[in-house]
Amino acid sequence: MFKLQFDESKCFSCDTNDCLTQCQYMDIDPGTAETEIRKIINGEDSFVLHDCATCYACEEYCRRGNHPFYLIVQRQEELNILPLPDPLVKRGVQMGIPFRGEPEISEIKGTALNLGVFSNLSRFTQGRLFENLTLMSTDSRKMFHYFCQLMYLHFGRISVINDRLGKIIRTIAAHKVDEVVHFHDECYGTYTSYAPAFGIDVPFKSIHLFEYLYNRLLELKSDIRPLNLKVAYQRPCSSRLSPDKYPYVDKIFDLIGVEHVPREYVGKKALCCGGTILGQKRKGSRRLALELQEKNIDDMKKAGAEVCVFNCPACVDTLGQKVAQNGLMPLFMSDLCRLAIGEKAS
Amino acid sequence: MDTIYPSLVHIVGEGYASFRREELFTYSKDLGTSEPKWPDYVAAPKTAEQVAEILKLANREKVPVVPLGGGMSLAGLALPLKGGIALDLKRMDRIIEVNEKGRYAVVEAGVSHGKLTAYLHNQHPHLMHSEPGAPPAATIGGNLAIHGQGDLAHPYGFNTDMINGMEIVLPTGEICKFGSCAVGAGWFTLHPLPDVGLFLGWNGATGIITKVSLRLFPYKKFREMEIFVVEDENLIPEILYELTHLGLTEDLVAFSSAIPPFSDRLHHVSINVTGDSEAEIELKRRLIFEVKLAKYIESGVGGIAAVSQAIQRPQVSKSADWKKGGGFEYVGSIMPVSAYPECYRRGAEISTRHHIPYTILGRVIGCGHAMMFSWSYAFNRADEKTVRHAREALHETDNIVMDLGGVIWKPAVFGQELLLAKMDVNTLSLMKKIKLLLDPNNIMNPGNWEVD
Ligand SMILES: Cc1cc2nc3c(=O)[nH]c(=O)nc-3n(C[C@H](O)[C@H](O)[C@H](O)COP(=O)(O)OP(=O)(O)OC[C@H]3O[C@@H](n4cnc5c(N)ncnc54)[C@H](O)[C@@H]3O)c2cc1C
Repeated sequence: MFKLQFDESKCFSCDTNDCLTQCQYMDIDPGTAETEIRKIINGEDSFVLHDCATCYACEEYCRRGNHPFYLIVQRQEELNILPLPDPLVKRGVQMGIPFRGEPEISEIKGTALNLGVFSNLSRFTQGRLFENLTLMSTDSRKMFHYFCQLMYLHFGRISVINDRLGKIIRTIAAHKVDEVVHFHDECYGTYTSYAPAFGIDVPFKSIHLFEYLYNRLLELKSDIRPLNLKVAYQRPCSSRLSPDKYPYVDKIFDLIGVEHVPREYVGKKALCCGGTILGQKRKGSRRLALELQEKNIDDMKKAGAEVCVFNCPACVDTLGQKVAQNGLMPLFMSDLCRLAIGEKAS
Repeated sequence: MDTIYPSLVHIVGEGYASFRREELFTYSKDLGTSEPKWPDYVAAPKTAEQVAEILKLANREKVPVVPLGGGMSLAGLALPLKGGIALDLKRMDRIIEVNEKGRYAVVEAGVSHGKLTAYLHNQHPHLMHSEPGAPPAATIGGNLAIHGQGDLAHPYGFNTDMINGMEIVLPTGEICKFGSCAVGAGWFTLHPLPDVGLFLGWNGATGIITKVSLRLFPYKKFREMEIFVVEDENLIPEILYELTHLGLTEDLVAFSSAIPPFSDRLHHVSINVTGDSEAEIELKRRLIFEVKLAKYIESGVGGIAAVSQAIQRPQVSKSADWKKGGGFEYVGSIMPVSAYPECYRRGAEISTRHHIPYTILGRVIGCGHAMMFSWSYAFNRADEKTVRHAREALHETDNIVMDLGGVIWKPAVFGQELLLAKMDVNTLSLMKKIKLLLDPNNIMNPGNWEVD
């Protein structure tokens, strides 16, 4: 079975312990961090396993390319310290089971755009930005055949990801594609971070949506009219698995003439949308999620943002309406880009 | 040539009566597993006076009359079991009055729930009625004739508990009124006159409802659905008890189904929460999740599966999709809430035996006084074997309802017989007397609630 390639010596020789000291949901000093990391590595109980908000951010905080978050989740599963109540775990695991027949596999020439489990959001992939791509996973009845499974990191269920991912990769590969743009960061993170960390082969090349959008905008540069908007970006948890792609946010904003407003909770310090925290069993989780949302939106407003840009549909689900109620316009990044080339948002 | 058809044309006008086979065809079937039953005529009256004339004609000719609303009751209740006249009431669809401050609407019985909802939404956005989860074509009269329940069942009970008055055409053709309207006052209350209401839940066997004053309730501006999930079915009654004690929600429904897989062997409670401001809604959410349900969350046996979702009516009809050929029928029952776990277990067992993915649902009625518990069975209309399986499953389920001490709701004839066999003899004799008194020629929906 697949095994996490985790280099313990990197942690033992680490003198910053950023993975835990930078955590925004637990207040951990360097000494405690060192002790707790050792416990986790040794397979012992640690309060970190209980209190982890599962925001993925420690994957980015680690400067040594180790995988602290994957290790935490693995230990949560081994020690049965699940962040979510049992029925939510069972529900989540069952949700990913395809039940409406096999997908129709057709050969895709050129680059594909993988919608994953967001088939019903294909309207966000319209217009000139996407005209060179062939959509994959457009049938919502079959979309779970394309489900990257990474969501189970929130559920303490590495085993489910490892059980199912091989089949998903084979389904995508069966389209005979060389390059796949992933609609969702989470899929991108699966194939470029998680899979290599567990030694899982991925026979296609993955492209981050923002990198694709940026390059496509360069092709359409003459059509870009600066939007002159002040925008905030709601960074999703899975973006922590591809921090090297995060700079594309500002590159796109610069290209389309929007101002990325200066905020406290931005970049590495971005706050979770609250979606997963809200359901956790730790006392006060719902309240914590609401407080985070409030803090986040207040911060956007204070910075003068007019638009809140999203990439993750789950963040839109939890925050979209709230930012709108606070006078900010919620927009997918692709829609913002469409506006810049004179198209209408979806 | 018989005289009934020309007489019907004379009463309702050309174009609104027929004895042509291609038109009778539609009236010979319903959506469920019942065998087709053909009427001899169909007539679609426009007024209570026309209904009265038709009933007088039917008495003279000793011809059965079967009222039909939307035809959505599934269990063959509006099929002409003994032929006769199918009385299609959908043309009686006037919304006569809405009293905004008194919170009631006077409507003709053929008004559909969908029409009333849309009308209120447009004209009286602060008011709502209790709409069943049925397709919107279901009528107000048809729903009352079977003691339906809608999305205000938890706060206010059965839909038949929400009426302020009625107009009925008796089987012998007299037009009667009940409630304050009977003494020429407005249609604002059913009480306090002597109770002579013998028409609700009778499937039209004691008379035809032609007008109704329905109670309306505040329609709050912000409306959403929260979903709570547990694995242990035994927790559902106590969770519903907690929530009904709180008394701050609208519809409360527990459900579980084999398909889609996420809900398999899990029990979801959908909790409709409404408010006139975000602050009102948040106060309710907090009391629900942080006070009443916190102990389940913190001990890991229950979880918040979704918050702030758009409200959806119970989606039992979706189960028709789980087999090819799109058919489904359900047994509904009125049960104590405490029976939920056993109802689920027995239902899942029956479904498995008949190769049907199980789908069950319990909707709270009143302050936890009862629930409408339903077991749905999907079948392929084009495959007689699956229809037979569904029919057998329905019959077995009727028996389970009786076993568990419940009451079958809108029973098909098979279920009616089970209930009548168990009924207190004096009650049975009273039912017989009432039926004989009101419908001496037994013309009204014969085969339904028939006491030998
Ligand atoms: C998917 C689905 C979901 C459903 N969900 C619900 C639900 O949530 N709650 C609920 O209550 N029901 C539900 N139902 C059952 C049913 O559709 C409704 O109760 C509906 O309101 C019945 O009204 P109808 O006009 O279709 O009645 P019909 O089927 O036309 O008639 C029902 C019975 O009443 C008699 N009748 C009809 N009109 C009159 C009248 N004016 N006077 C006297 N007798 C009359 C008929 O002869 C028949 O016996 C559901 C059905 C389906 C298919």
